[in-house]
Amino acid sequence: MQVLYARHHVRVFRFVIRIVRDESTAEDLISDVFLDVWRQAGRFQGRSSVSTWMLAVARFKALSALRRRPDEEFDETSTAGIEDGSDDPHTSLEKKDKSALIKRCLAGLSAQHREIIDLVYYHDKSVEEVAAIVGIPENTVKTRVFYARKRLSELLKAEGIERGWP
Amino acid sequence: MNTINKEPERQDLEMLLPWHATGTLSRRDSDRIERALATDGELARQYALVREELAETIHLNETLGAPSARAMDKLFAAIDAEEARSPRRRTSFDLAQRISEFLAGFTLRTLAWAAGAAAVALIVQAAVIAAVVLKDERPPTAGPKLASVNRGSFAMVRFAPQATAAEITNFLGAYKASLVEGPLKAGGGLYRIRLAENPLPPNDVGKIVRRMQEESRIVGFIAAAD
Repeated sequence: MQVLYARHHVRVFRFVIRIVRDESTAEDLISDVFLDVWRQAGRFQGRSSVSTWMLAVARFKALSALRRRPDEEFDETSTAGIEDGSDDPHTSLEKKDKSALIKRCLAGLSAQHREIIDLVYYHDKSVEEVAAIVGIPENTVKTRVFYARKRLSELLKAEGIERGWP
Repeated sequence: MNTINKEPERQDLEMLLPWHATGTLSRRDSDRIERALATDGELARQYALVREELAETIHLNETLGAPSARAMDKLFAAIDAEEARSPRRRTSFDLAQRISEFLAGFTLRTLAWAAGAAAVALIVQAAVIAAVVLKDERPPTAGPKLASVNRGSFAMVRFAPQATAAEITNFLGAYKASLVEGPLKAGGGLYRIRLAENPLPPNDVGKIVRRMQEESRIVGFIAAAD
């Protein structure tokens, strides 16, 4: 369990904190996630990788925690992403930096779009794995990623970066 | 919406570009995309955008930090409490399957971003340690085997994170030592190793432990144990 925790806890934490946007809550949740994994280990069938299984458990717990906070929702239209490290009072210079701008816009995507972009780009999840974690059909996974990317281009355009797509 | 009203084949390829960039597509789909990228300049340009998004998403996530030790303490306290209530649960935990699954879950790109070569070494180390330990986790077939595991001279060791599998193997071989248990419930990635088949005088054990401790590239911590 220690090996499993050592290898996965940072990624699970980062996945969770992008949803709940609160470090303390995210820490509590990852303890719960790994405890569930430990409890359920005997029932794990190996139909997916352990990390996919854990992310699915983590997502369920994070969304449940959000539902217990009346002022917070996993709102598709919300653009109040977790603050990017560059999003501070000293960002005026950084705004000129394309890399920082892309990160700002990624953080500004809706919760659903952030989630799916993270799963694909950061957590290396395949179409099938994302479908299993999020609980949506594979074709929806593809179109959701497409529209998340399209939205990212729109946000960048509003910041003055024209990518020429879509 | 009209953005995706393109010919189905081209549209499909366009949608798969993010997974092509992360290397999580099937060989067949990857080959399709590679062929298209070679001849379709617009698709290649969009692929460059995908790679840019990929890099920035990874970088953004890597800046999110890590949980404090509080999360781990809470987890293992809960596990200890449940084990105390139901000690038989531990035997149902198939560690071998868990570890082989998590090893299979890693990709080279993930490892490169996570911690470079050190991460690779850690994983290989974990695999070797797991393989050695699990050999001893199987149910003993008879009493004498159990007795032999508990006979001899022992030490508790925590291997250095940068130690490779080959180095650990060579280290144990050089001292004619073997892993018998771990990682231990006490935490901290500790393993119990056997230094000798027979009980040695404490001074001799101390000498071996001190020599081992000097190999700081491989050993992070070591102490004589019962």
